[in-house]
Amino acid sequence: MQALREVEGRAIPFGRKNIDTDLIIPARWLKTISREGLGQGAFEAVRTTEPDNPFDSEEFAGAPILIAGDNFGCGSSREHAAWALLDLGICVVIAPSFSDIFAGNAFKNGILTVALPQEAIDRLLEVAATDPISIDLEAQSVTTPFQDRFSFDIDPFRKHCLLEGLDEVGLTLSRDDAISSYENSLAAEKPWLTRGTGVAA
Amino acid sequence: MKPRTLYEKIWDAHVVERRDDGTCLIFIDRHLVHEVTSPQAFEALRLADRKVRRPELTLAVPDHNVPTTPRLAPDGTRLPIEDPQSAQQLAALERNVAEFGIRYFGATAREQGIVHVVGPEQGFSLPGTTIVCGDSHTACHGGIGALAFGIGTSEVEHVLATQTLLLKPSKTMEVRVEGDLGPGVAPKDLILHIIGVIGTAGGTGHVIEYRGKVFEEMSVEGRLTVSNMSIEGGARAGLIAPDEATFAYLKGRPFAPQGEEWEQAIAYWRMLRTDDGAAFDTSVAIDATEIEPTVTWGTSPEDAIAISGSVPDPASFADPSKQDAARASLDYMGLTPGTPMREVEIENVFIGSCTNSRIEDLRAAAEVLRGRTKHDRIKWGIVVPGSGLVKAQAEAEGLDKVFTEAGLEWREPGCSACLGMNPDKVPAGERCASTSNRNFVGRQGPGSRTHLVSPAMAAAAAVTGTLTDVRELVR
Repeated sequence: MQALREVEGRAIPFGRKNIDTDLIIPARWLKTISREGLGQGAFEAVRTTEPDNPFDSEEFAGAPILIAGDNFGCGSSREHAAWALLDLGICVVIAPSFSDIFAGNAFKNGILTVALPQEAIDRLLEVAATDPISIDLEAQSVTTPFQDRFSFDIDPFRKHCLLEGLDEVGLTLSRDDAISSYENSLAAEKPWLTRGTGVAA
Repeated sequence: MKPRTLYEKIWDAHVVERRDDGTCLIFIDRHLVHEVTSPQAFEALRLADRKVRRPELTLAVPDHNVPTTPRLAPDGTRLPIEDPQSAQQLAALERNVAEFGIRYFGATAREQGIVHVVGPEQGFSLPGTTIVCGDSHTACHGGIGALAFGIGTSEVEHVLATQTLLLKPSKTMEVRVEGDLGPGVAPKDLILHIIGVIGTAGGTGHVIEYRGKVFEEMSVEGRLTVSNMSIEGGARAGLIAPDEATFAYLKGRPFAPQGEEWEQAIAYWRMLRTDDGAAFDTSVAIDATEIEPTVTWGTSPEDAIAISGSVPDPASFADPSKQDAARASLDYMGLTPGTPMREVEIENVFIGSCTNSRIEDLRAAAEVLRGRTKHDRIKWGIVVPGSGLVKAQAEAEGLDKVFTEAGLEWREPGCSACLGMNPDKVPAGERCASTSNRNFVGRQGPGSRTHLVSPAMAAAAAVTGTLTDVRELVR
């Protein structure tokens, strides 16, 4: 996973509320077997019906930040939503709130979700229309070229993983002794659980 | 020791390590895999040169994408899947299970079916276990007393590599149902009614335990139907305490424990119940005697109403955001406030899905359809058994003939029109009486209008061409 420390760049202003994962990536794109290329299908319904949408504007091409409204990422648990954002080059989403499942999926893919009050979002949407925005994860702050500064909270474990680019699977694999010890006691106490489907391990 | 709920007992038994912030490394006993949410997980293992830690604890079955039309030619050769992307996902799953040594019931295997039907049917899902799958209806397996929930693809990879997940404990919610269900009222009617009461976000952050005599007297298949839809009430998992009926259901199934291990297992399973005096974070009481056959009128599963009711007026809701949602729903559904639900005309019928495709569901539908034919208005009606074993059992009982003689199509097992990922879709602007679990906008195909119902109610709609109180057809 890519480490994320400071991000500076243009931010796509898309302040709608309740942006669900079906809107981020429609179901027909779920038939892929790869994490790559989902940017093509990202926000398809917006891009096909709204000619002036920010996702197709030259100005916001490759923008690393997305600013949105309340309850971002609600609906289906599809992780394809996080992959689609990454494929567009987005590594930070700023919104008043996020669905739990989306926030988890985003984190597991190295995307930082920043929750800020609606007033801060309104100001950032205004700045984003013309100027870049900066995020400093170490300092937990969002700043603009006009001296705006907004602080945000983040779970310390998630912050550590994002700063170091740590992959959760790798971290858990380092707990191999603890898992083996649990498995040994399980085999002794509940032997009926160990056979599973019976394929040889 | 402090009295504990069933959820707390299962959770405590699976803690590998507890961190200071309350996050726990939880051991996963059983993992189900299907073709849609797994390819990227296997790809990640391959790229990092990681292996599957306990391949015997994962079972793979294709279900979401597979067509429900015949899969074998008359000469026994395998027919190709027309949609190239579906074919590619299926091929990827076949490659992955072979490479990583995972037990697989392929598209033409007799045991193939919907993961949530196959798990309990094979005795792979067991009481007191933790069960995960990259699918939100994994909540289903709570019907046999397992802590079962849906996960994302990164978590699928995490389970494959480590057989664990990093989780924080959930809150507990008790849904206590008092009294008996009336004749003709099915487990599906009960869970639709419950979701109507608690709302689609009512169980968010909670695990629901369903309690009361109704569940003790309910068949195991009925319990699977109820727990399946816990996610539509916002809860990641549901639970019903295992009992003698559960043990009788599981005994002798292929992956269930046998001999001495079986005796050890049921001794442990008998302890899996909420202690007297254990506290729930939230409690809801429901009166079973008030429940009628239930249908949905809108585009959220909480939009449930008794069949004797009428389409509600959006202005009747107290919450302004619910008023707006109801207006949008009625516009999408093409319904007018005040219309009796029994006058809503139906063009399509779908009997299937992980909620309602087991043998008891098919028997309930067949009982209504026996000796009757579908109404002329019904253009498309399909019956999709939950697994090849359910299909074989139904055919042995002659149920397939009942369906085909009534004018419905008898299909191969899979998720089918529940989510319209395979070719089974409801046309835009048309209604479907569906035994599935979600009536979302576009769920059964772009522009499709879904009314969620029980299998017997779907069969009744097929006969009359309108939503109908099944109790008028079967006495």
